[in-house]
This record gives sequence, structure tokens and C-alpha cells, in this order.
Amino acid sequence: MAEPLREILIDPVSRVEGHARISIIFDTHGRVSDARLHVTEYRGFEHFCRGRLVWEMPRLTSRICGVCPVSHSVTSAKAGDDILAVAIPRTAENLRRILVLAQWVQSHTLSFFHLSSPDLLLGKDIPHARRDFFTVMKSHADFARRGIRLRKWGQEVIARIAGKRIHPDFVTPGGVLRPLSIQDRDIILDGLPEAHNTIRMALETMKALLESGTNDTDMFGNFPSLFLGLVDENGGMEYYGGTLRVMDAAGNVVADRVDPRSYRDFIAERSEPWSYMTFPHYAPSSADGGLYRVGPLARCNISSHTGSPKSDRELAEFRQRGGSRNPVLHSFAYHLARCIEILFALERIEELLTDPETLRTDTLRARAFSNRPQGIGVTEAPRGTLFHNYSVGSDGVIRNVDLLIATAQNNAAMNRTIQQIAMHLIRNAGNDVDTAILQRIEAGIRCYDPCFSCATHALGKMPLLVEYRSEDDSLIRTFRR
Amino acid sequence: MDGRMKLATVWLGGCSGCHMSLLDIDERLFQLLEYADIVYSPFTDHTDVPEQIDILLVEGAAAQSEHIDQLRTLRARSRIVVAFGDCAVVGNVTAMRNGRNTKQLLLESFGSAGNDMGADPANHLPMLLDDVLPLHRVIQVDLFVPGCPPAADLIWYVLTELFAGRTPHLDREKLHYG
Ligand code: SF4
Repeated sequence: MAEPLREILIDPVSRVEGHARISIIFDTHGRVSDARLHVTEYRGFEHFCRGRLVWEMPRLTSRICGVCPVSHSVTSAKAGDDILAVAIPRTAENLRRILVLAQWVQSHTLSFFHLSSPDLLLGKDIPHARRDFFTVMKSHADFARRGIRLRKWGQEVIARIAGKRIHPDFVTPGGVLRPLSIQDRDIILDGLPEAHNTIRMALETMKALLESGTNDTDMFGNFPSLFLGLVDENGGMEYYGGTLRVMDAAGNVVADRVDPRSYRDFIAERSEPWSYMTFPHYAPSSADGGLYRVGPLARCNISSHTGSPKSDRELAEFRQRGGSRNPVLHSFAYHLARCIEILFALERIEELLTDPETLRTDTLRARAFSNRPQGIGVTEAPRGTLFHNYSVGSDGVIRNVDLLIATAQNNAAMNRTIQQIAMHLIRNAGNDVDTAILQRIEAGIRCYDPCFSCATHALGKMPLLVEYRSEDDSLIRTFRR
Repeated sequence: MDGRMKLATVWLGGCSGCHMSLLDIDERLFQLLEYADIVYSPFTDHTDVPEQIDILLVEGAAAQSEHIDQLRTLRARSRIVVAFGDCAVVGNVTAMRNGRNTKQLLLESFGSAGNDMGADPANHLPMLLDDVLPLHRVIQVDLFVPGCPPAADLIWYVLTELFAGRTPHLDREKLHYG
């Protein structure tokens, strides 16, 4: 008689930013008892940033992540503003805002087109060796080209403003380093009509997929949770300023107008020996251990409006999917929320670029020395709320660093998601778990667009390995897909 | 060079910025596919290291135990190994944790859970190396392409030269930090 399957290891999870593996654990009856997301990298930024000057931090923390470097550098500069105790010039704030939004555009585009579209477009039967964007470039060339060009536009907005696409040296505590020229502004604006066309196409593709009902949204990370993010003073979508809002699964706002600088009063973290990524949770809530989600799904759930006409229409339609006043609970909707946020970003970038203040060349930076022993910066990074928290000496030298990163805040939700998909799809599967099932579990993780580079850090490619173990845990045989 | 090139990319201890800069060749990705097959990469679902690789781009430094074996396997199967970006070339930001006690870092970051990380195989976590190593400290490297990240145009120049069977000339105006 064949030994019951004890554990499956999906290693690595591919097409995510960073390195992780998934293990699925079975009980003695061959039923899934647990599933875990192991983040296998650790980089130690909190440690080696000690002793650096606060002015270096935007450049250094940018290197946490090559997918959303601008989000880190802007958040870091905001923590620096706080330490300098300055209000930055409007021009600098406008330029930083555009950068954060451009980061949403290029990063969301990467997630939707380059990383997830193979799951969405190529069908469940495509062999894994061809389940990638390069295949999409051949089978859906126009779709792929438009995605490449939308990401390019987002990256070019960053390069025109900040000087370089990845790791630009531009934002600094107190403001920014250079003005934006009219020529560069106009080149950015020229690209907007095409960007709008592309996101319209992406939105329609995504809605058609949701309507087709083939994506098992019921079990794709569909569970009650809290949602957390920034909103503006009117409860609208926010990404740079604003205050924190927390909503529960029934749509009740359980905390509002919370000063983001007090985040450590209500977000606690625990650790598990099987992951280099911590598990933050909302401490005041006992329900489900305070599990909360951040990022596009959370933002689209907690924001009452976007304040821009096209994305407002899309957001209103999105909200219908949750039923009356309820938030949308299934994580497959992250993909749609991401598309809506790209549209919002396009509208808001245009508004900011046509504000004459944006082009001023005289006031770009407030200069001061270290005036506070602690500074906290918060923005909405593409994957969710990002906190940088620095303690400094009067010399401006960093004494302590606390980073709370979006992907880590989704850690508990991602674990819940893979447990849900695994339990649903692997019912008494015995030894017959096929790769299609495992690919669905990976796709569940990709909904969150996790960035493990950000959340700590990594490892290389190893084959997907299924291990058959006996009752006493000894290895019987292994199977590679 | 006859035939199509087998291109592989791996990502060790880095920030993914070098891979993002590769995507920043934008529409030239279509041209890339005319010259080469991507046989192994974080952008694809290939699970096994292929037997033969023509060009291997390595982003990042060796930061944990599994990277060492992985690099040796990849080296043995690759014709040209490229240290792709400053982390692979010199260690860069990834190596800034060097000189600190790894165990201490884990305990500070994760509390007592840090004790077991990397130690118990059942936890499926690799052991962090005490010192992060640039690529040439682990395997022989054929070409060093610096930059944090290398600019997309530089990457395209290097790839097209290699596809044409030539050695890229990384003269001074192509090289700069950051
Ligand atoms: S060289 Fe720079 S861009 Fe490349 S992985 Fe290292 S930090 Fe990131």
C-alpha cells in the first residue's frame, strides 16, 4: 500500500518578487492540515542602516526593492522630514506624489501583465515550462506589447522626474533635488492617452475573467478579514498623506482618522521559525487574531471614492461586487483593484502635472538639521501601507530603524489563502496531487503581488519537490514536476 | 553564432532591481525572443536547471547556504557567466550586513523564533551565510557588468554582443556606480 502523502513543497514560488516556498502538510488520513508560506530570505536593513546619516536613508532603503524603490525612498524622505521637523514645499510634495503614483502604474502593470497574465490567459493546461510572459508575448502579442509599453510609461515618468528608472537619487529629507522641466512634463502628458487605452483594455479583460466564473473566487483567498490603509480627509483614496482607516469584513469602520505615526500602538508582530517574514496583526482585534489585508484590495474597500471621474465609476462598480455596503473579500479581486488603481494614478498624475506649482524651480527643499529624535514616514506603496520609523541622535545619525512593509502585513492572509486553496483542491488526494493544483496554489499567492525582497529577502530556483514521507517522518520517495 | 541562445537569469541576494532593469529594455524584449530562449528565470516557471545554458545572468550576491550549491551547478552548465549588477560584482548593499553576528541579527529581528531559523530542516529555511559573498568568491565569472542596477541600454548592449559571439567592451563611459 502506498504511503500517505505527508508533505508537499512548492519550491520556489515563481513569478513573484523575491524568494519563497510553500509547504502543504497532511494529517495521517491524507487530508490537508496546514499550508505554510516560507519566505527564505533575510537582508537585515534594520541593522546595517544604524550609524548612517538620515540623509542617506532614501538612497539606501531604495535598495530594499527594485520593484518599488521610489516608494521606499519617498517614505524614507518623509521620515526624514519628520526628523528635520519641516513642512516641505508644495512643488516637492507634488513631485513626490507623482513618483508614488508612477510607481503604482509600473509595479501594478508588472504584476498584472508580466507576472500574472500567464495564469489568467494561458489556461490551466499549459505546461509549466511555457507558463510565462514570454509565451504570452507570442500568443497574445498585442496584449503583451501594450503591457510592456504601459510599464515603460510608468518607468519613464520616474526617469523624467527623478533622473533614472530604478534607484534614482532624487528625494531627500526636506524635499527633492531637482525641478521638473516643461519639456519633460509635456512628454509625460503625451503618453497618457495610450496609457488610458491600455488600462481600459486591462479592466475589460479582468472583468470578463471575473464574470466567466472560471476562477473559483469562492475559495481564492475568500475569508473575512480587516482592511487597513490611508484615506484622505474626506475618506477618499490616498497614497501619500492622509490618516489610517481600518474596516472590518462587514464594512464597519473600526478605526478612523488615526495618526499614522502611532502605528506601533495598534500593529503588533509575531514570528515563526519557518519564515524570515514576520506576521503583523491588528492588536485591538481579537477576531481571527487581528488578521488584516493591505494593498489594492484594502484600499478599494476602505476608500469611499477616488475623487477622479473615471476611476470613481470603476470603484463604485467594484463596490457592488461585495454586495451593498460590504467589502469585497476574495483575493482574486486584487487583480481588478490593481487595474482600478492604475486608472486612478493616471488621472491623478495628470491633475498634478497641470498644477503650475509642480513646475516651480525656486522652492524644492526645506533645509534643517536634526530637530526631533524620532521620525515616521508612511505612504501607500503598490502593495500596501509602508512605514519607515527612524530614531536619530542630534547629529542626524540613525540609532534605530523599524520598517513595517506591505507584503509582511499580508503574510497571515497569504497563509490563509494557500491553506484555503489547498484544502479545497486537495481533498483526499492521496498521492495524486497534480501540478495543476499546485500551480493554482501559487497563483493564489500571486494575487497579493507579494514582494519578498521588500519583506525581508532570498533564494534561488529549486524544482518543485513532492516528498512522500512515512508516519515516522522518514522520506519514502520524492517526486519532481 | 548559429542557432538560438539559451539565456538563463537567476536572482540571489539582491533587490530584483537588476531583473527590473532587464525588463526595462521594453519592446526590445520581442527582439530578445528572436535571438534567445529564456530557459530558466524568476520570470518563468521552469523548475530544473537546464543541462546547457549559453548565457547566465546572476543578480545578487551569495547570501545563504543554498546559493553556494546552486551557483556551482549553474556554473558547470553555463558557457558564459555574467555577474549582473553591483551586488553580484562586489556584494554592494546585500553585503552591508557583513561583520555582524548573524545569529544576533536574527534574535533581534525575530525574538526566540530566530534561534531555529535555518537550523531545523523541517522549517524549510536556508541558513544565512555569516558573510555575504560577491559572485567571483564562489565561482569563476566571465564578465562583470556593474551598476545598481546596470542601465537597460547597457544590458541590451551586453546581450546583443554576446548573442553575436563577441566580447562586450565595457569601456569607461559605460561604467559608473549607481
Ligand atoms: S545591484 Fe542594485 S539594483 Fe541590482 S540587486 Fe543589487 S541593490 Fe538591487
